[in-house]
Amino acid sequence: ERFKAGKSGPSARRPDNSAFKQQRLPAWSPMLTANTVLPFFYFMALSCMLLGVWLLLTVQSTQELKLDYTKAGSCDECFEIHNSASCRLFQGDVFFYYGLQNFHQNLRRYMDSRDDGQMVGRTTNLKNPSTYCEPFIKDQKGLPIAPCGAVANSVFNDSFTLSYHGGSSGPAVPVPLLRQGITWYTDKNIKYRNPKDGNMTLAQVFQGTAQPRYWQKPAYELDPRDPANNGFINDDLIVWMREAAFPNFKKLYGVLYRAKKPFIKGLPAGNYSVDVSYNFPVQHFRGRKQVVLTTVTWFGGQNHFLPIAYLITSCLTLLVAVVLTVAWCKFGKNGRNMEE
Amino acid sequence: MGSVTSHFGPLCGKEEKRGELWPRASNVKKKRFFFLSSHRVCSTRWTNRITARCPRPIKAAHFSPRLIRLVFSVTEEERLFRANDRPFNLSYRYADNAIKTAKYNLFTFLPLNLFEQFRRLANAYFLFLMVLQLIPQISSLSWFTTAVPLILVLTMTAVKDASDDIVRRNRPAGNSLKRGRFADLMLLSSSEPLNLVYVETAELDGTKYLLVLMSTSHSQLICVADISLSLSLSGEVRCEPPNNRLDKFKGTLSLDGQTYSLDNDKVLLRGCTLRNTEWCFGLVIFGGPDTKLMQNSGKTIFKRTSIDLLMNVLVLCIFGFLALMCTVLAIGNAIWEVREGSVFTVFLPRDQEASAALSSFLSFWSYVIILNTMVPISLYVSVEIIRLGNSFYIDWDRKMYYPKSDTPAQARTTTLNEELGQIKYIFSDKTGTLTQNIMTFNKCSINGKAYGELLMQRLYKTDRVDFSWNRLADPKFSFHDHSLVETVRDGNPEARAFFRLLALCHTVMPEEKKEGELYYQAQSPDEGALVTAARNFGFVFRSRTPETIIAMELGRQVVYELLAVLDFNNVRKRMSVIVRSPEGKLTLFCKGADTIIYERLHPSCNKLMEVTTRHLNYAGDGLRTLVLAYKDLDESYMDEWKLRHHEASTAMDDREERLDQLYEEIEKDLMLLGATAVEDKLQDGVPQTIEQLAKADIKIWVLTGDKQETAENIGYSCNMLREEMKEIFVVSAFALEKSLHLELLRTACMCRTVICCRVTPLQKAQVVQLVKKYKQAITLAIGDGANDVSMIKAAHIGVGISGQEGMQAVLSSDYSFAQFRYLQRLLLVHGRWSYLRMCKFLQYFFYKNFTFTFVHFWYAFFCGFSAQTVYDEWFITLYNLVYTALPVLGMSLFDQDVNDRWSFQYPQLYSPGQLNLYFSKKAFVHCMMHSCYSSLILFFIPWAAMHDTVRDDGKDVADYQSFALLAQTCLLIVMNIQLCLDTHYWTAVNQFFVWGSLAAYFAVTLTMYSNGMFLIFTTSFPFIGTARNSLNQPNVWLTIFLTSLLCILPVVAFRFIVIQLQPTVNDKVRHKLRKEALPAPEPRLPPARRISTRRSGYAFSHAQGYGELVTSRRFLLKRPLRSRPALFAQTDSPLAQNQPQLYRTIAEEPEERPPQSEREPRMF
Repeated sequence: ERFKAGKSGPSARRPDNSAFKQQRLPAWSPMLTANTVLPFFYFMALSCMLLGVWLLLTVQSTQELKLDYTKAGSCDECFEIHNSASCRLFQGDVFFYYGLQNFHQNLRRYMDSRDDGQMVGRTTNLKNPSTYCEPFIKDQKGLPIAPCGAVANSVFNDSFTLSYHGGSSGPAVPVPLLRQGITWYTDKNIKYRNPKDGNMTLAQVFQGTAQPRYWQKPAYELDPRDPANNGFINDDLIVWMREAAFPNFKKLYGVLYRAKKPFIKGLPAGNYSVDVSYNFPVQHFRGRKQVVLTTVTWFGGQNHFLPIAYLITSCLTLLVAVVLTVAWCKFGKNGRNMEE
Repeated sequence: MGSVTSHFGPLCGKEEKRGELWPRASNVKKKRFFFLSSHRVCSTRWTNRITARCPRPIKAAHFSPRLIRLVFSVTEEERLFRANDRPFNLSYRYADNAIKTAKYNLFTFLPLNLFEQFRRLANAYFLFLMVLQLIPQISSLSWFTTAVPLILVLTMTAVKDASDDIVRRNRPAGNSLKRGRFADLMLLSSSEPLNLVYVETAELDGTKYLLVLMSTSHSQLICVADISLSLSLSGEVRCEPPNNRLDKFKGTLSLDGQTYSLDNDKVLLRGCTLRNTEWCFGLVIFGGPDTKLMQNSGKTIFKRTSIDLLMNVLVLCIFGFLALMCTVLAIGNAIWEVREGSVFTVFLPRDQEASAALSSFLSFWSYVIILNTMVPISLYVSVEIIRLGNSFYIDWDRKMYYPKSDTPAQARTTTLNEELGQIKYIFSDKTGTLTQNIMTFNKCSINGKAYGELLMQRLYKTDRVDFSWNRLADPKFSFHDHSLVETVRDGNPEARAFFRLLALCHTVMPEEKKEGELYYQAQSPDEGALVTAARNFGFVFRSRTPETIIAMELGRQVVYELLAVLDFNNVRKRMSVIVRSPEGKLTLFCKGADTIIYERLHPSCNKLMEVTTRHLNYAGDGLRTLVLAYKDLDESYMDEWKLRHHEASTAMDDREERLDQLYEEIEKDLMLLGATAVEDKLQDGVPQTIEQLAKADIKIWVLTGDKQETAENIGYSCNMLREEMKEIFVVSAFALEKSLHLELLRTACMCRTVICCRVTPLQKAQVVQLVKKYKQAITLAIGDGANDVSMIKAAHIGVGISGQEGMQAVLSSDYSFAQFRYLQRLLLVHGRWSYLRMCKFLQYFFYKNFTFTFVHFWYAFFCGFSAQTVYDEWFITLYNLVYTALPVLGMSLFDQDVNDRWSFQYPQLYSPGQLNLYFSKKAFVHCMMHSCYSSLILFFIPWAAMHDTVRDDGKDVADYQSFALLAQTCLLIVMNIQLCLDTHYWTAVNQFFVWGSLAAYFAVTLTMYSNGMFLIFTTSFPFIGTARNSLNQPNVWLTIFLTSLLCILPVVAFRFIVIQLQPTVNDKVRHKLRKEALPAPEPRLPPARRISTRRSGYAFSHAQGYGELVTSRRFLLKRPLRSRPALFAQTDSPLAQNQPQLYRTIAEEPEERPPQSEREPRMF
């Protein structure tokens, strides 16, 4: 405009002859024609079919074993389930999950009830947890809770020991599980850090804080075997703190350690038992608990939804493509509808 | 025309002479302008001169009110005021002509502006939401999700308001010309003989026509020729209260104990322009809003488009729907709290005494916050931006730029664009809108021989006739038939008599300020054209006295004695003069409508009459024709007739009838001389434009103040009326009575063409309102004069034709341009595109926000109705503002279904807009269903795919944050693909916006989920690492792909099948365009003019001519004060500046046509 104002002469107010101002910008005007739409549909049907088949084969190659042990809580010592469905080798890495059902980690108030500032190791937040942690900010004595909040308070505290009872006989061999390296790298190294204060030990740093109400031990004593796995960077805690999106979820408990026989190739076929130290109450909210053993592929665990969805989509697309073709041949092809 | 400064000119020099009766009102703070004398002639130069005379710069504010303040009482039975008695007048609190300018000042701006803004429902709603979010129990979203958009919107609006206000504040300084016209005056005295003033009423009734006003013939008034005298004037005026009747004024003036009646002739209305009058004094009767012009200009209503109204309804529906959804979710929450929440309190204890009911109540409000994206605040901002952009396109359009007057089209209102694509009725003024108001002497038939044939000019492109042999010729006159000049110069007696008649038989007033520079003041431009034609052919009408007419006949001065003027009126449709030549020969010259004259011809002329009629007919073409005839009179008969004439004209009763009888008697056995054809030229491209608009199914009504014949004639020449048409409806004003409204409308709507004649400005508005009210159609009014203002204001869209003299129409219009023909581009191209774009925008915008919101609704069933969001809060904040703003703006600023040339080629493309097809309640429901489907896909596919899945290394990917990322990515990609499907016109900008927005999404997301952001703003960005950990998973991308496919394929299939089975007009044109791979059609050449046999024998003013004045003795009455030096030294005629006499022939190339124009004769 300023440039225009500088012009003078008889045509001073003549608008600029730019393609933009005259709305003549070069443009591409695609249209939904039979030449593009029909091949597109057939192509999509075909690709979905191929994808679906490929995914289905991939998913089929994974193995999964689920075991609901909710009722185990009703007997005092042990609870036995015989599951003879799978008698194959679980090949490759085997992952041990605990699953919860009807546990709403995604409630807004529950999810908000945490203090990331505390968990990232800010000493101020350690002693003064955010108000979001309500009602788990302070214990009855008025000491700040670390880690504060409902999420940390409700951490899953069943523990499992998986034992292999051999192919035929012999004593039960405990299946070695890696209990670390089960979190996202970013969580373990950035999102969660222990507060530091000079050369003080973790216990000293946590001095003056209280453990969460439902915890049996303080945060700095979570893993007696590995001092580096304590405090806010305890793997189990981190896994729990990554709240699930839906009420039914499973969380990683451990990964099969494959250095020693007979687990080098995976979990051999045979009898296994799980010893559960049953702490986490679920019955009162009609929850279910399960353990899941699974292998994974590039596609992840055993989820049949996507392959089947792709196959169905493929079929539907094909159907629609055929209908469109018929409609086009019958009505559109001769162009009679296009006449005015 | 800088009238204000000129008014104050004389006062300036005599500041010290302020009379006691003119107290300076120091308590008046507002700027007020009062004036007594009115000078509007060749203003610019006047202003300069006055400024030069005054040492101080003249500012309007410098002159405090001194003259009569005019005002009105509320009870208004009649209005009473006194000249020069300010306190008395003030006591009535009449309206003054103050103008309020700026709205804010520096300190009040912020509070006032914010208050104004929060009065808008949408803004208030968002403020309410923000307050809700500050309540921790309710706040389901961080405060910034609402605050950021709200602050952005408020800031943008505030900046816009501030700049508007600054513009307003600066305006009065540069706009002083308007102020002088702010009052109606009672004429006191003028510089001219008899206290006449010449007035042009262009702004009042759209016709440029000289009107003579006389002031009250009172000696004291006649003497008022000086400011000091006017100051000593004391009198009392009683008059009617302000009203809108332009043709009526009633009042009395009491002066020195005598009472004079005041009528319309003595009132100088606001909007009139003085012509050829050096000065005049007046008494302000009505000021400001009380003036007749303002009373006639109709109410200014805030215009809103139908889309706006629809949008309001939809927003209300959405609010209702929102409440419904929130209620459902709140009930869900109550149930969940009772069944699940109560047993989950171990992990999530409730607040003390918090019950399910309270939780449900809180969750209702939480969901109000979450689901507010259904009515996003950015909707209003985006709509404004789109309209602004589309308005700029109108401003920028070179094809609507008129180089002659250097006038680009202008979108004065930026909020009505899409309505331009829905026009169903156009109401057009005639004069100056359809016609140029330039009268051209075109053809003539003299003694059976036709001259100036159109065809010949077209074929041979003959040169203009050289008139240089004639010293007194008007250089601007052009004619192309050389043979006529030769005939005249060869001494053909009929040709000479023909032009002699034209030179003598008229009521034109000549003015010759300099030797040889003649200016004619014609009551009607037709008459001016005829006299000018005679002038150029060597028969120059030079001057007149009441008894004589002095003419130059081929260089020889001839003085004719003027014995009688048999004036024109509507019944007679002819006028005659009786003159005695120097040789003593008595002749009656008569010109008039063909039918009238033919009845009065001598039988010997029968053969000539046939030939002439033939010429008249084939030369038709909508010309205004006149037949000329003469009659030699017998001296003795004349003496006797004159005696009777004198008797009749002094008779007390039946004067009119007796005179008519006398005229009838003498105007018979005439000898036919020939005929003239004058063209009231149509503007270029008017017939084609009307044809195009008719093809687009737009109905055009012509509303004109003109007489029926003239209006009809124009109707024929611009293709609105055709011979073969049956359903023509010509309405005269009397039909516009209230009781006949419905009847009128019913009849009018059955007709293909409607012409309303003799309508007043207010009636024009009433017609528009009638159609608006009962037809529920979008209307457009187009006009150029102040008489069109009311209709322009009343219609949904008002278009002003600029470049003509009056700016009133333009100032109150929504769009303005210089030529009628640009209307088709405005409607068929800009309007259509704007409508298309707006509809596409709304459809897409609602779709994208509903889909976004519905996903939250579905998620509620999984998160215990706890008002947990599906997406990251930042995504919610930025979704409308950043991620999806530009692509949709790009679409709604650039999209075209077909380009402009095809739009012209297929005017039927316009009809979907009229039928409201692109966006309606139905389309809205359709849009909601589509959103519903999409949101189901967008939620449940990711849910099913993810809820039990892990990463390829066994770690978590079904967590909330990963799911949020997945859901929002799916949503954004689907929305972008949907936009791509909606975009018909892919410019580089669109590509850039779409890809840029997607890229921006990923860039912003990765940034916000980065380590750095988390470590700095820990609580604000808890999603650290989510993008890195889940976007590298194949199953995430496979989910996104499947989701997109399932969202898009049905849309493609549906659209494809609709195109196959029931293609719309657009589809058809696009298909044709594509199939035939046609280049854009060339702009169509205007077809040869349709030759119509219609013509009108109408070339006089509607009213009685001023024959009486011409012959009156008073005409040359010299007043004693006339000798006083003029107030303003004036070297040449003001007329020369403002009103060149331009009469041109049709053969002129339109490009060479000068912008000045003459107007239709008309008197209110």
